[in-house]
Amino acid sequence: MATVLITGTRKGIGRFLAEHFLAAGDNVIGCSRKPAEIDAPNYRHHCIDIANEDQVRALFGEIRKENRGLDILINNAGIAAMNSALLMPASQVREILDTNVLGVFLFCREAAKLMKNQASGRIVNFTTAAVPFKLEGEAVHAASKAAVISLTEILAREFAEYGITVNAVGPTVTDTDLLSAVPRSKIDALIARQAIPRMGEFRDIANVVDFFIRPESDFVTGQVIFLGGV
Amino acid sequence: MSDAAQIEALVHSALDEVNATRTEAPVPKDPETVLLGNDASLGSLGLVNLIVASEQRIEDQLGIQVTIASERAFSQKTSPFRTLGSLCDYVALLVDEAKKA
Repeated sequence: MATVLITGTRKGIGRFLAEHFLAAGDNVIGCSRKPAEIDAPNYRHHCIDIANEDQVRALFGEIRKENRGLDILINNAGIAAMNSALLMPASQVREILDTNVLGVFLFCREAAKLMKNQASGRIVNFTTAAVPFKLEGEAVHAASKAAVISLTEILAREFAEYGITVNAVGPTVTDTDLLSAVPRSKIDALIARQAIPRMGEFRDIANVVDFFIRPESDFVTGQVIFLGGV
Repeated sequence: MSDAAQIEALVHSALDEVNATRTEAPVPKDPETVLLGNDASLGSLGLVNLIVASEQRIEDQLGIQVTIASERAFSQKTSPFRTLGSLCDYVALLVDEAKKA
């Protein structure tokens, strides 16, 4: 039974992954700004802002006291904004970078402190197909997720000494809230650019996560897997 | 036990943890033990591990979260990471400030 920490479990992929691990019998710790509706004896939810260092440290302090260890971190939480760069306010840029880059960094840092004590751990970050697609209108979102790739590749080297692997999954177009503001024609055009032209599903992401975290993947680190043949 | 002695004991306990992972001779628990620079007894990774282990012990034993490696630490004229003694002094200062806050 593993202890799994997942960010952004209130809805979408994060919730799906939380339920995926709960069904496997794991202990799941989830977090989001607002309460989650997941009701399971092995699930514990924390309402925090992942970019708030004090709140993140407090969360990990509680994990240390309660569980005394962490096996898997899944940095799922993220935000996006589609907007012409000419119209993008600085406040929105800062918000995206805080959540997608600072938040991921803080969770990787604090998780590694816990995992190093047990000389093993798995960290899975989330990037996006918007990076290789170089999507117009997603300059800041894609830049923040490109930063996640750099973090993944470099932290993989820094944390290897502690038996911690760091990898990333890059979903392509998947039916989540992030897509709600994207016109259907644009979604179809994106799907057409994939080697396998279909909408991504949550199970596709869970499959890659499962691969990264399995014990046999202890020689796989610093890697990014994009879905759909991007 | 005074606060300073308690902090020293916690940092020394953290050093025990770091020493246990070393293949070289253990780093002595001496205030003059050099932690930074050319004569450093610990490598840079060892110093990182010592700082993290110290933070965790302070949180576990005293219930106080401190950030030892901060901009403040790096901007001091004389680095608090220079020797084991200066590290203990700096950590004691952080704990004292956190208690008063």
